[in-house]
Amino acid sequence: MSFINYLSREINCKIVYYGPGLCGKTTNLQYIYNRTNPDAKGKMISLATETERTLFFDFLPLEIGEIRGFKTRFHLYTVPGQVFYDASRKLILKGVDGVVFVADSQMLRSEANSESMDNLRTNLAEQGYNLDTIPYVIQYNKRDMPNISPTEELRQMLNTGNVPDFDAVATTGEGVFETLKSIAKLVLTELKRGAAR
Amino acid sequence: MASPQMVMYEEEFAQVQAVTNRLVQDANARVVFVVDKNGQLISASGDTGDIDTTSLASLTAGTIAATGGIAQLLREQEFATQYHEGVRQNVHIQVVSGRVILVVIFDNRTSLGLVRLRVKRATENLTRIFEMVMAKAQDPFRSSPFSEITDDDIDNLFND
Repeated sequence: MSFINYLSREINCKIVYYGPGLCGKTTNLQYIYNRTNPDAKGKMISLATETERTLFFDFLPLEIGEIRGFKTRFHLYTVPGQVFYDASRKLILKGVDGVVFVADSQMLRSEANSESMDNLRTNLAEQGYNLDTIPYVIQYNKRDMPNISPTEELRQMLNTGNVPDFDAVATTGEGVFETLKSIAKLVLTELKRGAAR
Repeated sequence: MASPQMVMYEEEFAQVQAVTNRLVQDANARVVFVVDKNGQLISASGDTGDIDTTSLASLTAGTIAATGGIAQLLREQEFATQYHEGVRQNVHIQVVSGRVILVVIFDNRTSLGLVRLRVKRATENLTRIFEMVMAKAQDPFRSSPFSEITDDDIDNLFND
């Protein structure tokens, strides 16, 4: 749910990075944080365990420019990917404007990808959203690893709705900003469409 | 869309700001924030100078969401009030009309009793204001800033 403030002329939107444990959601945000001009970003917050696994969420506020005099800000969140943190994932999806599903391209994680996507669909539905209509993109991460599934196979398995999708290596930044730009554009287009209704 | 978009116009923003400014004075608080339940900062009053307001808004919403989750598990409606006691500073958090969060940061220049008392009155005023905000947001005849935005405007934002 976007937030529009006429006095400070700001538009704030919420994007959530979703996906199975260790697929690279936090790494996506860390890369964006490290490569963004200090004026355009706030502090990155990571609520993580002692072993640096996401416990509740990561949060990164990002300013991407102005549209018609309105500063446009995106609040990027990740969810904890581990299966048993489902209650936390549901909370973070509240008020979401757009979702990035980060898939792990390694063959061994194929089932984890499918489970996480089913979980995303169910949790969104509980909040009153439909994965087929909400702004949504997919990222096939870890393309640099050995034993990965071909992109086409991942696409067939995960991208049944034919949404924009990207190959990525989040550790080096490949595909990270392409994914972000794509979801940001979809979110703004959806807000524009909503305003025209 | 699961919940209507929140749009703050100048008029309501000024009213919210007046309530929070007054709460800072009446409760002798250091800082007062109003945060949307989704983590967006709505207004801030008092000595906000060295506080990262964006992060504070997001984390406050996170803690309210987490305790809301606990409430649900216990079949409780909501834990509308929270209090965090520190060595030098304390934080009083109050959910207002199930929609926004009122955060008061205070130190030993005041007391929890006074803060609670003043928060109660501020909560009543904020409830009234946010009912108006939500009624306006659902008014189909009110234009959104997005109605004038073109596809080119959006494309231009992403040109390197």
